[in-house]
Amino acid sequence: MCLGIPGQIEKIIDKAKFLGEVSVSGLRRPVNLACLQNDVTDLEELVGEWVLIHVGFAMSRIDELEAKRTLELLTELGEMQDEWQEAQTSLKATG
Amino acid sequence: MSDARDTITLAHGGGGRATRSLIEGTVLRHFGKPDPKGLQDHAELSPPPGHRIAFTTDSFVVQPLFFPGGDIGKLAINGTVNDLAVSGAIPQVLSCGLILEEGLELSVLEQVIASMATAATEAQVQIVTGDIKVVEKGAADQLFINTAGIGFLPENRSIASWRAEVGDAVLVSHFLGDHGAAIVDARGELSLQIPVESDCRPLNGLIAEMLAVCPQIHCLRDATRGGIATVLNEFAQDSGVCIHLWEQQIPVREVVQGVCEILGLDPLYLANEGTLIAVVPADQAEIVLSTMRTHPAGQHSCQIGVVSESPKGRVILQTTFGGERVVDVLYGEQLPRIC
Amino acid sequence: MKYIKEFRDPEKAKAVLQEIEQLTQQLNATAENPIRLMEVCGGHTHTIFKFGLEELLPRGIDLIHGPGCPVCVLPMNRVDDCVSIAEREDVILTTFGDAMRVPGSRKSLLQAKAAGQDIRMVYSPMDALQLARDNPERNVVFFGLGFETTMPSTAFTVLQAKAEKIPNFFLFCNHITIIPTLRAILADSDLRLDGFIGPGHVSMIIGTEGYDFIASEHRKPFVVAGFEPLDILQSVWMLLKQFEEQRCEVENQYRRVVPTQGNLAAQQAMDQVFQLREQFEWRGLGSIPESGVEMRPEFADFDAEKVFAVRDVPVVDPAECQCGEVLKGRLKPWQCQVFGKSCTPDNPIGALMVSSEGACAAYYNYGSRWREQAEAEATL
Repeated sequence: MCLGIPGQIEKIIDKAKFLGEVSVSGLRRPVNLACLQNDVTDLEELVGEWVLIHVGFAMSRIDELEAKRTLELLTELGEMQDEWQEAQTSLKATG
Repeated sequence: MSDARDTITLAHGGGGRATRSLIEGTVLRHFGKPDPKGLQDHAELSPPPGHRIAFTTDSFVVQPLFFPGGDIGKLAINGTVNDLAVSGAIPQVLSCGLILEEGLELSVLEQVIASMATAATEAQVQIVTGDIKVVEKGAADQLFINTAGIGFLPENRSIASWRAEVGDAVLVSHFLGDHGAAIVDARGELSLQIPVESDCRPLNGLIAEMLAVCPQIHCLRDATRGGIATVLNEFAQDSGVCIHLWEQQIPVREVVQGVCEILGLDPLYLANEGTLIAVVPADQAEIVLSTMRTHPAGQHSCQIGVVSESPKGRVILQTTFGGERVVDVLYGEQLPRIC
Repeated sequence: MKYIKEFRDPEKAKAVLQEIEQLTQQLNATAENPIRLMEVCGGHTHTIFKFGLEELLPRGIDLIHGPGCPVCVLPMNRVDDCVSIAEREDVILTTFGDAMRVPGSRKSLLQAKAAGQDIRMVYSPMDALQLARDNPERNVVFFGLGFETTMPSTAFTVLQAKAEKIPNFFLFCNHITIIPTLRAILADSDLRLDGFIGPGHVSMIIGTEGYDFIASEHRKPFVVAGFEPLDILQSVWMLLKQFEEQRCEVENQYRRVVPTQGNLAAQQAMDQVFQLREQFEWRGLGSIPESGVEMRPEFADFDAEKVFAVRDVPVVDPAECQCGEVLKGRLKPWQCQVFGKSCTPDNPIGALMVSSEGACAAYYNYGSRWREQAEAEATL
C-alpha cells in the first residue's frame, strides 16, 4: 500500500493553495504542501528540501541525518560481520 | 475559426473530385508520384534472384498524434519497417491506408503526411500505394493509419523466435521505455513533465550492419507494446529455454526510472519504438555489440543477459539486489498504481 | 536517485543477511519450524517480490503477506456502487489506476469504461478537483480509497473544494484505518505470527504510538519499516534481535520519514473531514468494527454516498475463495484451492489476486510458484 517516493521541492507556485513543484530524478510535477504547513513559518523555507511524495502530496520531510544513521548502522553491521569472519578464520587457522 | 475548406469532410472519402484533390494536393505532394503516367490501384515489384518476400502489416492509433520525438506518421513508417527488418529482410515498399475522422484539420493531416515522407526517406523505403477513407465524427479518433510493407529476404536468413540456444547472449540496442514515458508526458493526464523523447526510429540500417558481422543472429525483435518482457517471454517459450536477465546491466534513463518509481511501473514492460532485442551466439556477442555501438541507433547497446537451460519457457531476472524473480507476461496494459 | 539507490546497495545487504542467518540459527528457526513475520503493508509485499527477498532470506524466516493492500480488501459491493455512480450520464468518475481492475459483482471499472462510461485515472485527488473546475457542467466523483497514507490527501482535497465552493466535486469515500484491522488479526485465536513488519507510510501520518498495544498486550514485536529492500532486511534483523534479547517493543527502522508523533497537520485534516463508521466490510476478512471512515455531516454536499444515494447492498465473497485464510497466514497463496486454476490475475476470484500487491498476484506474477512446484516435484 501507499507508494511513496522521495523528491526535492524546486519552487513554491501558490502559497495560498499550498502548491509547489517537485522534481524526481529530472521529471517535474506540481505537489501539494498542505501536510507540511505546520513545519515552517513560510513555505519558501521548503525549497530545496527532500520530501516523501504520495499521490501528489508531500507527506513528510526526509530527515537526512536519520537516513545517514540508518546507513551507518548497516555499515557497522558489515564491519561486525567482517570481524566475526576474521575471528572464525583465525580460530580455524590456529586450530 | 477554421474554414470548412480547412477540415476533412465526408466528401474527401467519397471517391470523387474531393478525394482526388486530397490525394494529389496533399498526399502525393509529399510521397511523390510512383508512376508519372497516371495513378494505378496497385504497385508492382519483383524480388532479385535468391530472395524471398517478407510481408507484414501494422495499424497505428496512438493518442496524442504528436508526442516528444515523433508522431503517428513517423511511427507508422518505422513500425512497419522495423517489423520487416527484424526478420532479416531489407524493407522496400510500404502501403499507406488512412482512416480520417470527419472534421480533422487538414493542416494536421498535412503534418502527419509530411512526417511519413521524411521517415520513409530516412528508412530508405518507398510508399507506393495507399487508400483514404473518411468516417463520421466520433467513429474514429482523429486519424488512424495502417501500413503494410514488403521486404526482400536473402535466402540464407533464418532469424526466428524459436532459435535461441543455451549459452547465447541477449543484447539490447537502447535505453528502455523512452517511448512509453514520452507518451505519458504527451497525454498530460498525470501532470508529469518528463524531459524525454520517444525512441521512434528505423532499425533496418542498424540490423544490416549487425547481420554483416554476424549472419547467424538467432532471434531479433523490436520491443514495442509490452516491452522487452513480452518479447523475451516469446523467445523463451518458442525456443524452450530460460532467459536469464541481469537487472544491473539493463539500460534505463534516470528520468524514465523516476517515472516508473512514481507511477509504480516496470520499465521492462514499457513500450519502445526503436529498440531491439537480439539473441546471438556467445562468441559473436562482442563483435555484434561493438558494431551496434558505432551506429547512431545502437550507441547505448549492451548485453543484458544470457540464455540458459531451465526453467524452460521462463524469463528470470537477477535483481540489482541479488535476488531473483520471474518476469512474466502481463495480462493487459500496465496501469499506474498508488499503493 | 537520492534516498533510493543507497537503500538498494547489495554490498550492504550481504552483512545484514549474514546477521539474519546467524540469528535464525541461534533462535533455532528452521523451514519446518520458522519464525513467522507478517508484513502488514502491500508496498512491502511488492518490494519483497520485486527484489526477490524471499530467496535471499534463510528458510527459517517465513514472511506472511498481510492485508495492507487497500485495493485487495475493497469489497465487491463498493465496486458495484462505484460502477452505478459511473453509469450516470452526468458523472466523470475518477480514481487511481489500482482500482480499475478490481472485480465487482457485475463488472470492474475497466469494463465499465469499455462500456462507454467516463472513467478517468488520476495520479492525485487534486487532479480530480481540477477536472471538476475544468468541467463545471459535469459531476466529478473521486473514488477515494486507501489507508491513512492516502486519507490526508483526500481530506485536503475536500477542504479545498469546500473553500472554493466547487459544487460539482464529490468524494466516494472508501478509506480504511490500520489499527482496528491489526486488532482484528490479533484477535484471531488461531493466529500463528511471531512479529510484525509495520507499515512505514501509514506511520508517517499516524505516528508509532498507536501500535504499543501490540507489544504490550499481544507480546508481538513490531518494527515500522521503510520500503527499500535494505529497509526490509534491516527490519527483519531488528525483529530477530528483539527475539534474541527477549524484548518485545515497537521500534522504528524508518526514522528518516516517520516521526514518533506522525504528521499533525494531516491528522487534523483527516479529523476535520472524516469520522469512523460503525462497521466496514473487508473482502476476505468480513466486517470489522470502526475500520472504515465516512465523511462528517458538515461535508454532506461533497459526499457521493449521500448525493447519489448509494445502495450499499452486501455481496458475499465467492465460497471457493480462501483469501481470508491467506490473509491470516493460515494458508500460503498456492495452497488455496483455486490459486492458479480458476483464480488468476487475468480473471481474479479473490481479492489477493487483483492488485500486483496482493500476495496471490505477486506469487503468480513474480512466481516463487514455479520454484515451489519444482521443489515439490523433486521430492516426489
